[in-house]
Amino acid sequence: MTNASPPTITLSNLDHLWFQVAGTTCNLTCQHCFISCSPKNKSFGFLSLEEVERRLNESIKMGVKEYFFTGGEPFLNPQLTAILQLTLQYGPATVLTNGTVLKEEWLEVLRAAEAASLYTLEIRISIDGFSPETNDPIRGEGTFARAMKGVKTFVDFGFLPIITIARTWPDEEEQEIVNRFVEMLKETGYSRPRLKILPTLQIGAEEERTRGYFESERVTREMLNDFDQTQLICEHSRIVTDRGVHVCPILIELPQALLASSLADSNGGFALSEGACFTCYQYGAICSNPSSSSAIREAKPRA
Amino acid sequence: MTATSGKIRIACFGGIYNNYLALQAAIHDAQCRGVDALYCLGDMGAFGPHPNRVFPLLSEHAVQCVQGNYDDSIGNSLDDCQCGYTDPRDNHFAQISYDYTLANTSQVNREFLRSLPGSIRFEVAGKRVLLCHGSPRKTNEFLWESTTSTHFLERLADEYAADVIVATHTGIKWQRKLSRGRCFVNVGCLGRPENDGQTNVWYAILEFDSSHGCQIEFVPVVYDYRRLAHEMRQQKLPLEFVAAVETGWWTTCLEVLPGKERRAGQY
Repeated sequence: MTNASPPTITLSNLDHLWFQVAGTTCNLTCQHCFISCSPKNKSFGFLSLEEVERRLNESIKMGVKEYFFTGGEPFLNPQLTAILQLTLQYGPATVLTNGTVLKEEWLEVLRAAEAASLYTLEIRISIDGFSPETNDPIRGEGTFARAMKGVKTFVDFGFLPIITIARTWPDEEEQEIVNRFVEMLKETGYSRPRLKILPTLQIGAEEERTRGYFESERVTREMLNDFDQTQLICEHSRIVTDRGVHVCPILIELPQALLASSLADSNGGFALSEGACFTCYQYGAICSNPSSSSAIREAKPRA
Repeated sequence: MTATSGKIRIACFGGIYNNYLALQAAIHDAQCRGVDALYCLGDMGAFGPHPNRVFPLLSEHAVQCVQGNYDDSIGNSLDDCQCGYTDPRDNHFAQISYDYTLANTSQVNREFLRSLPGSIRFEVAGKRVLLCHGSPRKTNEFLWESTTSTHFLERLADEYAADVIVATHTGIKWQRKLSRGRCFVNVGCLGRPENDGQTNVWYAILEFDSSHGCQIEFVPVVYDYRRLAHEMRQQKLPLEFVAAVETGWWTTCLEVLPGKERRAGQY
């Protein structure tokens, strides 16, 4: 099956603004990374505090609800702490980290910044197995121990990190694996662990690890009949990189995903032609936090 | 409501979640304070015992109601409550209370729920007021204090041409002042305590006058929670729900809480 005429989605409201704050630079080289981040991948660069501030100011008139910071590894950006401090004056912030490059003085600053803000600072830490044996083959030798040390550090500083886990196991093992995660986190001293399980995206390094998308794995126009489009990231999000404004955090490497230089001009339609769009469609709200994942239906017309 | 002069005070109740005892106490409290009108922002069912006991109170006291996601589900006999949970444990408990509420809500009351409007608008003292359940744009949108930027609320106020937006759905009260004398208020809920270790619940009184705009007061409601807990046990509702009523700490629906709100609770 080919998808010669994929459906197009336009931005309805810019609720979530993402920042590729560390570009594609990461201290790890995970085997399932959908943009193949690594210490050597400099295809996208860091965002400076000034650039983030400019975008935050731009976002006010767009009515952005929440801000998200990703990479690469965001904490490799030497200005990240200052960037998050600043962002918390504008709105809620979420940072997606591997938890392995932390300094306690940064967390002291961030804890104080969150306490002084109306808004929450959410920490999402990526760990892909409940043990070194299940995590390290994907994320690298020794990364389980280092990431768990990061979890403990965040917990010690009063954060309740959301552990994000890419689903690299068969569906039937899910409950058992979730239980093992919860047990392991509690044993580490994280008494009320929060988990978010993500589907893998069959692009970037994951395409090499398992497989790419089949031709049949595409979103068709028919599939959008009676579908709640707010489940799609591109319906309510954009991401800023050092090149401009892209359609979503997943597809930054696609040339057509670079939409505009300003947020206001980035609301044009985007054709859901990619395999990753199919995953986004299948699972819904894959990049949101549970606190903002509402969906299902529009409010009824007013009386 | 069409009054255009003098002070107008309205009571706004959040989700009731079958807690007819708290509803009774809140109506009594609001009437003693001499409010001009009573409103409920939806989610009559869930969590508590004896769903049908809520409706006579709403009708007898002329409480004007908005349809919540729960009301849409019960009214239309849908499969689940559309609460928007993503966690399996949260969904497990939500389904228990939904199945109980659906099985114990009469046809007449389901029809009433089905008939409710998705929002209510009126103008008072020059303020355009919009009452909704989750947000003006989506019935089951969570608007938490710590995850909702002020400029997002400004956008809602602009897009929906409202000076005062009133919502519930999250179960925890908060308010935000906006530009040009506008404001947003989440009134909390009557159904269960707000995860602060206290057994009381909350509602809000909005006072309008042409010189001061809209003033918001959150009102604590003390009610017979022991009786509610007793009846919940009798109805064999989960002991986790009973514990929340008796201790004031949420034991379920925790995964949708942002970090800041979650940290304020015990679990």
